[in-house]
This record gives sequence, structure tokens and C-alpha cells, in this order.
Amino acid sequence: MSGIDPIETFRQEAQELLETLEQTLLDLEQRPDDKDLVARAFRALHTLKGSGAMFGFTAVAEFLHDFETAFDRVRKGEAEASKPLVSAALKAQDHVADLVAGGDDPARGQEILANLRAAVSGAAPSGATPCQSAASTPAGAPASETRGWTVRFALPADALVLGTNPLLLLDELRGLAPAKVRAAMAAVPSLEAIEPSASYITWEVTLDGPVALEAIEDVFLFIRDDMDLAIEPLSPVVPETEEKAPAPETAASESAPTPAAKKPEKQTAANERAATSLRVSAERLDELMDRVGELVIAQARLNELAAQSREPALGAVAEEIARLTASLRDTTMSTRMVPIGSLFGRFRRLVHDLSRDLSKPIDFVTVGEETELDKTVIEQLADPLVHLIRNSVDHGVEPAERRCASGKSPTGTIRLSASYRGAEVAIAVTDDGAGLDAVRLRAKAEEQGLIAPSTPMADSDIYPMIFQPGFSTAKEVTSLSGRGVGMDVVKRTIDGLRGSIDIDTQLGRGTTVTLRLPLTLAIIDGLLVRVGDERYTIPLAAVEECVELSATGGVETRGRNFMNIRDALVPFLRLRELFSVPGEPEPFQKVVVVASGSTRVGLVVDQIIGNNQTVIKQLSRLHSGVKTFSGATILGDGTVALILDVMHLVGFGQSLEERRRQDRMGRAA
Amino acid sequence: MSTTIEHHGMNALTFHLEDEIFAVQAESVREILDPVPITRVPNAAAFVGGLINVRGTVVPLADLRVVFGMERRPPDKDTRIIVVEFTLDDEPMVTGILADRVHEVTEIEAASMEQVPSVGMRWPPAFIRSIGKRDDGFVVIPDMERIFRTQSGRDAAAANLTEERHEQ
Repeated sequence: MSGIDPIETFRQEAQELLETLEQTLLDLEQRPDDKDLVARAFRALHTLKGSGAMFGFTAVAEFLHDFETAFDRVRKGEAEASKPLVSAALKAQDHVADLVAGGDDPARGQEILANLRAAVSGAAPSGATPCQSAASTPAGAPASETRGWTVRFALPADALVLGTNPLLLLDELRGLAPAKVRAAMAAVPSLEAIEPSASYITWEVTLDGPVALEAIEDVFLFIRDDMDLAIEPLSPVVPETEEKAPAPETAASESAPTPAAKKPEKQTAANERAATSLRVSAERLDELMDRVGELVIAQARLNELAAQSREPALGAVAEEIARLTASLRDTTMSTRMVPIGSLFGRFRRLVHDLSRDLSKPIDFVTVGEETELDKTVIEQLADPLVHLIRNSVDHGVEPAERRCASGKSPTGTIRLSASYRGAEVAIAVTDDGAGLDAVRLRAKAEEQGLIAPSTPMADSDIYPMIFQPGFSTAKEVTSLSGRGVGMDVVKRTIDGLRGSIDIDTQLGRGTTVTLRLPLTLAIIDGLLVRVGDERYTIPLAAVEECVELSATGGVETRGRNFMNIRDALVPFLRLRELFSVPGEPEPFQKVVVVASGSTRVGLVVDQIIGNNQTVIKQLSRLHSGVKTFSGATILGDGTVALILDVMHLVGFGQSLEERRRQDRMGRAA
Repeated sequence: MSTTIEHHGMNALTFHLEDEIFAVQAESVREILDPVPITRVPNAAAFVGGLINVRGTVVPLADLRVVFGMERRPPDKDTRIIVVEFTLDDEPMVTGILADRVHEVTEIEAASMEQVPSVGMRWPPAFIRSIGKRDDGFVVIPDMERIFRTQSGRDAAAANLTEERHEQ
């Protein structure tokens, strides 16, 4: 791993640990009596402290040491994981994040620690709130309490080279309880064969005292992965007839754990999982994606050549390559997919803090954390979701008194959910708050000159007004919202991701804002069509079916084109007209029926050429004014084809028809 | 591109549009291509109405004829596409420029460059950076940044206006 900045590695690791810590603390707030959570938080603290010291972040290590000391009381059951304590701990966690990022404010650190200590001592089990009194368990879970332990461990052969000092480990064990240490020397080879830097000795330590199992495991926290460790509770009779510990050629004996070593099974499983994943920089993945994109284009060219040459052998190879390319593409894209849970986690803290600041009790529920999205999409989603959630907390959920008055539970609920819908992912923020008031929104929109008074508008057309820049119904600007900026950010980001926004609201019952996003931004399956001499690609995910226009009895009446598909009237657009393609339409026009949201629209083309893998190339900003295309792609013969943006295209077609209707009315007048 | 060409002269690639000679800074030229298939972008401004494939990347193709009020015409055997790279509002921008014929790479000395006269010009003076004198006549040095900034997709309406003005 040369060439990698160790400090940077530490920062990344620290960030992950801090995230774990934050999640654990938030969980702990919900389940204050969960010992596992306390232990997990403590492990995160301890690991962070250790690696902080190792990489020279002394301020971090010192602060964490005090943090840990305070938290140790919770672990020992001397203090309750109460709400104030969790809040204080979260503040401390933020401070650690600051320290890791390079900030240094010792005064603030001391203040936070003082708060933390106060919270710890103030939250003694006796003084706990009624609902938590049942939670207090005596110090140390009974399962992990015995009169002592036998700890047998052998270090990996290279441990000494890597800087592990067994004597320090022994000292640490001695610090836990009165200890008897024996060294098993059986594995030490003869003097000629001895490797001075290798570790041969198996240590056996008898700890005489009630020590928590976790405390012992923590001693070996940093070397646990590679070593042999067996921890057994001391039986009433101290075993004298010890069998020889397994030969300490640890690397080889790893696959054959001693029965006792199986005890921390969960941890071992976690270790194995960690070993099968690795950290890769995002740039490398982007680079890989670019290469695959180029490969896809080259493959399309090969396909075309093979089709022309009619050489069966070449055709077979081309087909094979096509198959491989497609699966390589899918694999590469899947490596860029990240579960959205990583993003959701951040919002728990946000809701926790907002709920406290506004003194509105709120339950935050997340659903579908395992839903995966392209990492670039996830990164860009953070801001819009923050705004939506803030909005829900600030404007959506009413204060507790008003909720009670209207017969709702005083605790509001905000639900953040993600799910797959076809080739899209739907992310919804739902609150059970006051809902949007169409009348009030309308009045505000008229006041701000966004709509002309007395324009007839359906309620569903009024709701999207909240996404207009500068639009706000808040009577006063708070630190949270009211400036009318947030929703505009949401709209622009989602537009940029080629997604769409739906609002579903019921006055007095709550609001759901649903963001619909394409699964990936890099390569899609496309349907290649031809209009005149020009070729266009339609995202296959948006295509519902293809029919022949004449077969559907397409009629053009009163400025609207409709065709009949299985007794449903579907409007259609002629791409030839929309794009002013020169030439006459060909006799047998085809229709590609695409769906955009709940509307279906037929796109009339001359020919449907077929499926192709489409590497999306963004259009330059010289073409940013052209909304009917979401990008361009390079076809097998090297020419560029534009990719239709179905959503905008439908809008464009509608405005075109609108204009035509107005023209006709103007002429009639 | 710096503003120093007026002081130090420039290394220029000259090309023809109709009977005029134009010049772009040679350093900004990436490559010169023979005509390739051009994909029309429906509803885009006429100035950047096309896209081309330059070694696997999609590059917009600009036609300076539109800016300078010349009649557009289909490519012939002399037509070339000059791929230039420049900075537009702090972002790098690669674009193709249609040329009726590419001439040569030459040095235009600062001394031979003149301010754009405000009257008596066929073209909008705002789009011309400077006029260079050479033995065989004048060389027009267009202000690429300004042209692309005012003619980009967002200002399609403005582009059409300029077009109309010069057709009058």
C-alpha cells in the first residue's frame, strides 16, 4: 500500500468509525438497555482512540480517552444511556470529527467532556425515568461474569516485526485483574532454526477476578484478526492438566480454530466479511466506467462489421464479445452501486437535532435502505433530501399541542423510503403533518406574481409551485427555512439527474414528496429508431410497446393526435414534425409508446432499428438550452445519435400542440 | 487565451470562410479533421446546430458563417473541421469549427494587428478581436470566447437576432 497517505487512510477509517458511533448512539437512544449497542459504541471509541494515537492525532486520542472513560461508566452499568447522555455523546462525536478534520478547540472539548461527565453521573440508574428503570441491569451482563478467565493466545509469526509487544498485552491483562502468566515454549525451535524476529510463544494467562469478556477482547482489538485467541471462563477447579496449545504457526492454523476460539463467532464472521471487500478510490471506478464505455462503442462497431462481412466465424466471435461486454458493463455498473442506507443514516442525526431544536417530538422511520443507486446519484441526493426533510419537520409536522388538538398522536412521523420502480428508483419523504394548503399556496403564488389571478388551475398543478425559486409561505424566516431557496435546490438537482418529483398531499393528513430517479447515469439500454435519415435513441426503460400507426387507427382531430391502443386513447407525437426532419413520412409509420410518469405517449418514427447499448455522453453547455435530449451516444458506425429525454419531450409536444391550438383559435377569430 | 496577442503577436492557423481569411490561435487547435458525418441537433441554435464524434467523444460543431452572416453551405472536398480547445467561463471547452479551407500556420506580428474599426465592417465588431494585415490582405481574428458565450444554447434567440440583422 505504498504511495497512500496513511493520514488520509486514518481519516477515512475515522469517518467510518464515527458514522458507526453516531448510528449506534442514535440506536441507543431508542433502546437504552441494549448491551450490545453499548459495547459496539465502546469498541468504535476504543479503535478510534488506538488508531488516532498511532497516526499522531494526539488531541483526538486524548479527547477520546476522556470520552471513553466517561462512557465506560455506561458500559459498566453504573450509568444509564439516557437521552441527555446520548445528546452529550453525539456532541462529543461531532467534536472528534472536527479534531480529525484538523480543527482544534480545547476549550470546547473540555466543555463537551464536562457535559458528558455530568450526563453520565446524572443518569445513575436510580434516577432514570420510569420507562427506563426496567432497563438497568447489574454491572456486567451475567453471561460474561465469572470468577475469572483463562486466556490463551499466540501471536502471528510476524507480530513482533509489525510492532506488537506481547509484554504490553500482558501488562494490560494484568491491569484487568490479578493474573498468573505462563509461557508455553513447546513451539520454540532449536537455536539454529530460530528466527529472532518471529514470535513462537503461546501465552496462557489466568485472570482471577470478575472481568467482562469484552474487556479482554478489547486488549487484543488491533491484532485480533490474525492471532489465535482462546478465552475460557475459569471453571471452579483451576485446570492443571492443560493440553498443549496448538502449534503457534498461526498463519497455517488459522483454518483450524480451537473449539474455544469459536466463542466470538459473530466477530469472526464480521472479520471475514471485511476481508472480502476492499476500498477503491472513486476515480478509479470512474476511469473503469469510461473504459467500459469505450469498449461498448468499439463492440458496436465490431458488430456492424460482422453483420456486413457475413463471415460466420467472425459473427460468432462478435456475438461472444457482445455478450461479454454486456456482462462486463453490468458488473462495472454494479460496483458503482451503493446502498442508499449510507445516505439515510445521516438524516437520523438531522431529524434528531431538528426535533430537539424545534421541540417537536418526531419518529424517523427509514425503509428500503438496501436499495442501490449509482454513487454519483447518491452523492447528489444528499442536499435535496436535507431540504425535503427540513421542510417536513419545519412546515409539515405541527407542534405537539396542535397535533393533539386535531386528534393525532403528539409525536410526528417522518418516513424516508426507497424502492425500485422499473428502471427508476423512487425515494419518498412522507410526513403525517398538516399537508399543503392549495388555497394558501395559490394566494401566495398570485401575490408573488407567479400565476395570474383567476387562471383556472387544478390543485395538483398548484403544489409544484413550492419548487419555484423564492417561493415561500413561511410567515417569517427561521434559521431552518422560509427563504424559498431549499425547494428550488431540490428541483434543480433532480432535474440535473434527469429525475422527476411528485407531490401527494392531503390537507391535515400529511404530504409525500416522491423523487423518481434513473438507476444509473452512465450506460443504458436504448431503442434505436430512424426518422428520415436521422437516428435517435430512446431509453428502453421508458418504452412500453411498439405498434404500427395505421393499425391503431390514429386520428388527428381538433389539434390533438390520438391513437387507439386496446381501447385506450393514447396521444402521439410525430418526431418528424417535432424535430423538423426534412422529407416525407414513409408509408408505414411506427409508434413507440413511452411512459413518462403516469402519462403514456406515442412517438411516431419511420423505422425501429433495434436495441443497442447506449453510452451516455453529456451534451456540452452550448446545447444546454435544448431540453428534448438528455445526451448523445456514439453508434457502431461512429456517428453520433441523440438520446431522447422522454419527460421533456412529452412536455415539448404538449406546448407545441398548445401553440397550434392557439394559432387555430387566432385564425378563427 | 491571454490578452497578450496584441503585444506579442500570435501563432495562428488561418482558414477561409467564403473569400475571407480568419485566424485562430494555433496553440488552441487540437486537430484538423476531414469532414465526418454531422448529427443535426433539432431545435438548437443554427450556430451550434451539429454534433460530431471526435475519437469517441461527442463534440459540438460550430459554424462561424452563422455569426458572420454568411450563407451556410454543404461541405465539399476542401471543407475541414478545426477542433479547438479554449476556456469559457473558467471551464474547458472543446468544439469543432467548420472551415471552407484550411490555409496554414503562420506568425502574425503584433505590429501588423489593428483595432477593429467601428464603421465600415460587414460583421459585428463585438465578435472580432483584432484584424491582422498580411501581404495578401487582411486576417480576421474572431473573439471565440465572446462568440461562444453569446451564442450558446441558452441564447438561441439572441443568435437568431444577430443572424437576422446581418441578412438585412
